[in-house]
Amino acid sequence: MLKRLLIANRGEIAVRIIRAARDLGIATVAVCSDADRDALHVQIADQVVNIGPPAAKKSYLNAAAILQAAADSGADSIHPGYGFLAENASFSDVVTAAGLVFVGPSGDAIRLMGDKVAARSAAAAAGVPVVPGSEGRVAGIAAGRRVLLDTGFPVMIKAAAGGGGRGIRIAANLAEFEQAFPQAEAEALAAFGDGGLYMEKVIAKARHIEVQVLGDGVDAVHCFERECSLQRRRQKVWEEAPSLALTDRLRDQLCDSAVALARAVGYSGAGTVEYLYDETAGQFYFIEMNTRIQVEHPVTEIITGIDLVAEMLRIAGGEPLRLRQSDIVARGHAIEVRLNAEDPARDFAPFPGTVTDLRLPGGPGVRFDSMLYPGYAVPPFYDSLLAKLIVHGETREAALRRLTRALSELLVSGVKTTKPLFLALAADPSVQRGDFHTRWLETWLPANANRLTPEREP
Amino acid sequence: MARLLSPLPGTFYRSPAPDQPPYKADGDAVAVGDVIGLIEVMKSFHEVKADRAGGNIRFVADNEDPVMAGAVLAELD
Repeated sequence: MLKRLLIANRGEIAVRIIRAARDLGIATVAVCSDADRDALHVQIADQVVNIGPPAAKKSYLNAAAILQAAADSGADSIHPGYGFLAENASFSDVVTAAGLVFVGPSGDAIRLMGDKVAARSAAAAAGVPVVPGSEGRVAGIAAGRRVLLDTGFPVMIKAAAGGGGRGIRIAANLAEFEQAFPQAEAEALAAFGDGGLYMEKVIAKARHIEVQVLGDGVDAVHCFERECSLQRRRQKVWEEAPSLALTDRLRDQLCDSAVALARAVGYSGAGTVEYLYDETAGQFYFIEMNTRIQVEHPVTEIITGIDLVAEMLRIAGGEPLRLRQSDIVARGHAIEVRLNAEDPARDFAPFPGTVTDLRLPGGPGVRFDSMLYPGYAVPPFYDSLLAKLIVHGETREAALRRLTRALSELLVSGVKTTKPLFLALAADPSVQRGDFHTRWLETWLPANANRLTPEREP
Repeated sequence: MARLLSPLPGTFYRSPAPDQPPYKADGDAVAVGDVIGLIEVMKSFHEVKADRAGGNIRFVADNEDPVMAGAVLAELD
């Protein structure tokens, strides 16, 4: 069992991990930058070490400073949380090399899943359906024409060296393909110095569905799926479980495929296998595996009753999986919304500031994971997530009503938050029907701009 | 002497990307509307435009400095 855990993170996830550790009797070491001296995670940990200036690069991304803090505080283990160093393979390696336990998978597992082509091959080898497309780079336009037999149209042509949406072209038919392929090649060469291209089937109206897995390096189990189709600029804003889009048969296939992949790579810790679900075709496709605890993990905890962070700590401490698949049962429906320090009425502009007053929601079926307290000054240096409101109901309808109830109880004064967005979404007929896909919210937002101003506080 | 202030709290950057030259070098002249740097607030980037003109810009804030809203970024003659 771990004895003293250093949490290499900040914000609500640092608070969440400290709570899980203390519940298990593990002593906790918080780290903080100069900007986070008064942060909640610092206040509730057993010990704190300052690791540098506000800029993340000089503090929360500074592996040397974090290892030094671990040595100085006598920690035997490091939990990376999400973001920052959580999916940095060499960080996992150096933590292990320093004789500490990294709460997460090995550097090699992170490296494998972080490499898109390798991860896709590993998934295909484990029998997990992948988005139809080229196996790695396409060797010229003739080879590209053969890939079309698998993908059909529309097809996406992507620069191998691109990223973040850059260097992508979409062809709707063969004539467009014949024109776009050489153009994409020339552009990729000019922009990235590398003309290599990938091809992939375009799934027009996809839902984002992901499966939570736990592994101990030998065996693996799943904790069912989460649906995260409501996204703005590819950032999830609302997550729920179970997904309304799946039949029981498809759910079994999806979850079993995630377990097969986790087993095939000898996965250790908590991980998430992400899929696109093509609702019209009834087909799901692997996109990637995230080798960390995710922001939206509470949704799964609520429907299964499993403390995922505690399970991570037990596995890292050397225990085999405690749960058999048959022990894991989903009950009811859970929804999580992400309260960000952003002004939805001004195109979600960031809104750091001081929380002058705070009233939290409570009562049955309500969980609030956050680092807020009255008087807390939200620093401008990190991401804008302030809190996650998670609600549980016997049915999705009950969960939606509870979400509106809890949001109306919540009051955060001094900073703008995304609360008005969620009140409007919970009241929207498409959301109530579960009728959405990953690009639905982007078109809904401009059409509903007048509903995104903060309500008048009483 | 005029001063250019940060409109936002966050991290100040003098160039559009780490591998690119600064928007303005010390000593440059500045016109109204010229971009003099970026402020990163909660992972989003905002251009800082000069709200007055002047010569011989001298940066008070260094690249990657944390700044508060209203902090002096640079001075002009």
